[in-house]
Amino acid sequence: MELLFALTIGVLTASGVYLLLRARTFPVVVGLTLISYAVNLFLFSTGRLATGAQPIIGSTGSYTDPLPQALVLTAIVIGFAMTAFVVVLSLRNLADNDDDHVDGHQGNDHSQPDQSKEVTGK
Amino acid sequence: MNHWLTAPILIPLLGGILQVFMGYAPISLRRTLAIATTVLLLVSTIVLLVLANDDSYRLYAFGNWQPPFGIVLVLDRLAALMLVLTAILALFCHIFAIGGADEGNRQFHTLFLFQLMGLNIAFLTGDLFNLFVAFEVLLIASYGLLMHGGGTARTVPGLHYVVLNLVGSAVFLISVGMIYSVTGTLNMADLAVKIPQVSGEGLNLVKAGGMMLLVVFALKAALIPLCFWLPKAYARATAPVAALFAVMTKVGIYAILRVYLLVFGDSAGELANLGMDWLFPLALITLAMGVIGALGADNLKTLVAWQVIISVGTLLAPIALGSEAGISAALFYLLSTTWTVAGLFLVAELVANQRGTAGDRIVTAPKMRNRTFLSVLFLIGAVAAAGLPPLSGFFAKLLILKSAVPGTDMAWLWSAILIGSFFTVIAYSRAGSIVFWRTVEGHIEKPKPLSSNVSVAAGTLVALSVVIVALAGPISDYTDATAAQLFNPGGYLQILDMPMTPEGK
Repeated sequence: MELLFALTIGVLTASGVYLLLRARTFPVVVGLTLISYAVNLFLFSTGRLATGAQPIIGSTGSYTDPLPQALVLTAIVIGFAMTAFVVVLSLRNLADNDDDHVDGHQGNDHSQPDQSKEVTGK
Repeated sequence: MNHWLTAPILIPLLGGILQVFMGYAPISLRRTLAIATTVLLLVSTIVLLVLANDDSYRLYAFGNWQPPFGIVLVLDRLAALMLVLTAILALFCHIFAIGGADEGNRQFHTLFLFQLMGLNIAFLTGDLFNLFVAFEVLLIASYGLLMHGGGTARTVPGLHYVVLNLVGSAVFLISVGMIYSVTGTLNMADLAVKIPQVSGEGLNLVKAGGMMLLVVFALKAALIPLCFWLPKAYARATAPVAALFAVMTKVGIYAILRVYLLVFGDSAGELANLGMDWLFPLALITLAMGVIGALGADNLKTLVAWQVIISVGTLLAPIALGSEAGISAALFYLLSTTWTVAGLFLVAELVANQRGTAGDRIVTAPKMRNRTFLSVLFLIGAVAAAGLPPLSGFFAKLLILKSAVPGTDMAWLWSAILIGSFFTVIAYSRAGSIVFWRTVEGHIEKPKPLSSNVSVAAGTLVALSVVIVALAGPISDYTDATAAQLFNPGGYLQILDMPMTPEGK
């Protein structure tokens, strides 16, 4: 079980990092999500993997550490909020620049219409 | 148990919640309540500073759980100093913001207060995971504040900032997990007890976790090579927001001071002074990078944003050397540089408002309406930031230079700081002479006169560098005592034995 668990975390992280290094916002968002899944699984495993154990002492023969579960719960909630925010921000980027490139434009196009627009707009 | 410790968290929380529901109330009412909240916050932090001044540690345990089992807030000299630093900065940024920068977004005050809450939790918490939560609270508020004021120019730097910090959060969680998996605790005092006992294969896990934690804190502090997001993001943010963000990099520095002196300090056995040999050269390179950036800046706000990076390098170099005098000097410089940089951001905004389409770019433009007032503010700010006598930056840098022990490190530190300061002076004089002296004939639309709010806020923040000089004696006594307290982690460990309030009382 440990090997499978470790492989899952490894594959999730590797895919996440690969997607994060893409230059478009959509893969970046998906990559961040995959990384946060991997992190949550990793945190879960820090209390050691156990089957058939409950996080309450005395309820079963063996018990498992309840604290990582609480940490994972917190991390999930925060990660969810952050993902929602980054999705909205990516859409805003797409709408503002007519391009979902993370720099707002392609690498060969160095004109920055956004900046001049704001200066003359005042 | 001291309930005062929750005040710097509860005041902005309640004030912020009030603001959430008042989005459609008259703006004057919202402004009054928001300023009242910030003033109350300042009062409460001063109370905590007075409390902390007796060298003892104060503890607040949520739910009355005996540490290390529950989450605790711990007040010591360092935490109190950071709280007061932030509250004073926040008050003047807030006064500047109600001069008009808070229009255009009904939730500006909410975000501003929640940002303060996140900062205060980070300074007070005694628990590594709670520090992560505090970082997330202050970050999500800062994302909103960074985008405040609209304008498409903020989208791309904002996106970079958010994505980088989300990756940082993931790394933070991994390192927390690694440390927990070996030690079984996340309470900082308990960690300081457990880390020296780690041995065998656990040692490398904790080492990896500790180094990854340093990467996260370095990202928050904008240490090279993790600093390139900062100038763009800060230069494009609204002025009071950029000024408030002057303290954001200092949260990273605070976290490095707290965790690496307490948990990985001299008594940490094999893991003592983890990562500090990496930190010193990186800090000096950061300083050099900041100076190069400042020389190449083409507008005032970018120049000030690079000044933030210069100050990060100057702060972390003596911290990495790890002498008591060095840390005291760094704390003195921390006060001086945070307020000065914030003041310069505000001055840059005022300059930009009076120069028509030239804005804050370092180019010639028609004469400004309030040129004398603004140029004096810029001069004071630049002198304090570059570290020329007689203002606070000079004394702070002098203390840092004096704290170095003779040797190779001293040679590097002296040359980096002195040469860096020289080129910083060139950067500021170039910018100042072009912006204020080389005026051209031309007609610009008559700008609005300076309101009392904005001129008081910008003027006071810049003038605080004079106040620091006037009060240099008491302040350096306090920072000396803070450094002494940081170097005696035994006191911090006593919070593990503090008795809880018995039931029924």
